[in-house]
Amino acid sequence: MAKPEEIQRIKKIAWDLRADVVKMIGVGKAGHLGGSCSLAEIVATLYFAKMHFDPKAIHDPSRDRFLLSKGHSVLIQYAALVELGVIPRDEMGKVKTLAGKLQGHPDMMTPGMEAVTGSLGQGLSISVGMALALRLEKSTSRVYVIMGDGELAEGQLWEAAMAAARYKLDSITAILDRNRIQATGPTREIFDIPNLEDKWRAFGWNVLNVDGHDVGAILDVLDKAAEIKGAPTVIVADTIKGKGVSFAENTAAFHNGIMTQEQYDKALAEIAESGRMVE
Amino acid sequence: MTSPNLRSAYGASLVRLGTKDKRVVALEADLGKSTQSAMFQAEFPDRYFQMGIAEQNMASTAAGFALTGMIPFIHSFAVFATGRDYDQLRNSICIPNLPVRICGSSAGLSDFGDGKTHQGIEDVALMRALPNMTVLCPADSIEVEKMMDCLLDWPGPVYLRINRNDLPFVSPADEPYSIGKVTMLRDGSHAAVFAAGVMVSRSLEAATALATEGISVRVLDVSTIKPLDREAIIRYAGGVDAIVTAEEHSIIGGIGSAVVEALRGVSHAPVEFVGIPDSFGISAEGYPELLVHFGLTSDAVASTIKTLLKGGRK
Ligand SMILES: Cc1ncc(C[n+]2csc(CCOP(=O)(O)OP(=O)(O)O)c2C)c(N)n1
Repeated sequence: MAKPEEIQRIKKIAWDLRADVVKMIGVGKAGHLGGSCSLAEIVATLYFAKMHFDPKAIHDPSRDRFLLSKGHSVLIQYAALVELGVIPRDEMGKVKTLAGKLQGHPDMMTPGMEAVTGSLGQGLSISVGMALALRLEKSTSRVYVIMGDGELAEGQLWEAAMAAARYKLDSITAILDRNRIQATGPTREIFDIPNLEDKWRAFGWNVLNVDGHDVGAILDVLDKAAEIKGAPTVIVADTIKGKGVSFAENTAAFHNGIMTQEQYDKALAEIAESGRMVE
Repeated sequence: MTSPNLRSAYGASLVRLGTKDKRVVALEADLGKSTQSAMFQAEFPDRYFQMGIAEQNMASTAAGFALTGMIPFIHSFAVFATGRDYDQLRNSICIPNLPVRICGSSAGLSDFGDGKTHQGIEDVALMRALPNMTVLCPADSIEVEKMMDCLLDWPGPVYLRINRNDLPFVSPADEPYSIGKVTMLRDGSHAAVFAAGVMVSRSLEAATALATEGISVRVLDVSTIKPLDREAIIRYAGGVDAIVTAEEHSIIGGIGSAVVEALRGVSHAPVEFVGIPDSFGISAEGYPELLVHFGLTSDAVASTIKTLLKGGRK
């Protein structure tokens, strides 16, 4: 069990990351708010507590790897890397511009990115390759990869799931951001994939569940996943798309929506208030 | 009044075709609000199939529809519609020469913010290389409508390249249209520009600008990139001292390549390409900025013409 102070610290960071996501999107411009906010606690827990990742040595071969298979949510990863000092803070104002280094989807021109993703369905395969190579190197590094529940329709993910089980890749922790909304609506209406836990089990994976906004539970479940040997583990995280920004919660409208000035101000005010409540 | 937005024109046209012909079905991969296939969904929910984010499965499923007598339209961003399911397009659809219509939306650099992974700038090359595939690139929404009206009877697979943004009207609204037609939008005697998509309006601007300098430029809208009307290309390339191609696509395998392929074996004026050098796209704050970044401007077309006319190289 994690210490309460530790949990408070990470919770606070998660709200700071959300604020940075909103700032990066800004007013009048499209940005993937929903799928970034659903990941704030998970990303904060990984980068600021669990991962073996030294921001001063981002190429250290023994680092843990972090990949967003759902690459469109990269704003939350940028926010974490800015907070860690890997990405200069002034890049935040230049996101998705010709003057900046922060692309619309993960790109190797940005410090801290581990792979190119954005065409959905490819991240788990990349993780399999990394995990196999790390095993050859006798490395103890872990590979954390985050998938979306809409993304799970891509057949390649299931090819990768079989490959990871075939090679008993217990260094992979896959996390499913189950926010139940995809680009154009609720997964239930767009492309329902029922019995997800059973499907992953049938593919040879260990399955753990967590509330993706409960930092204490995330800390515990990540420990548990790392202890399971002989097969890969997927953590099914129940989350809220747009979490923390009332008008963006549980809707596809802010999958890649545009905020008005009023909405922008409201988003930042709500996030700041939630951040204050942590103390 | 037709909207200047190509996606809206596409969606409205799809509904028109669906009204006319019950064989029309639409398949989508969770981008229906972007591609505007959602308009068809609203009219014909029974003939609309939401396949989830699974483009490969969608493509081969469309083959099954076509083999069972339907005219399926499949949808995604151009980059995924052509690249993700290339093998399915090739084997399930093109080898049996099935009437599947592939809508590649947000094509070229038009999805300016999303960057390399989302900017389809080699789609024409990929689709052109597939035997049996027809490749269409409309210059404005009027052309979208006219092309769509050809698609009920046109044999074999068709790739339709749709820009995400509004484009200026350039094509003559009242002229009859048929697939394969090369439309001369402006005649001229010094140079000929073969263009498609967003570059058609930019080439017309270049021609207007050069006219003030006494340079007379012919502008051709090559909205059917394949099958390319070779006779027409040779004819329109004749009698000028410079030939320029202009496209929002890699210079490898796009319209420039197609025009040069068409001109092979005949003597012609020197040719230069305006297009994207062999590189991926990049994220930008807006579409016009990104076009400038890659030199896809009327100025670039004009200066390329002038350089050729002076006998120099770009
Ligand atoms: C291969 C591919 N097809 C389509 C898209 C367009 N797209 C980007 S995000 C998205 C929806 C993703 O939904 P989900 O995985 O549930 O992500 P989240 O809700 O967590 O943002 C779609 C269809 C893409 N990026 N890649």
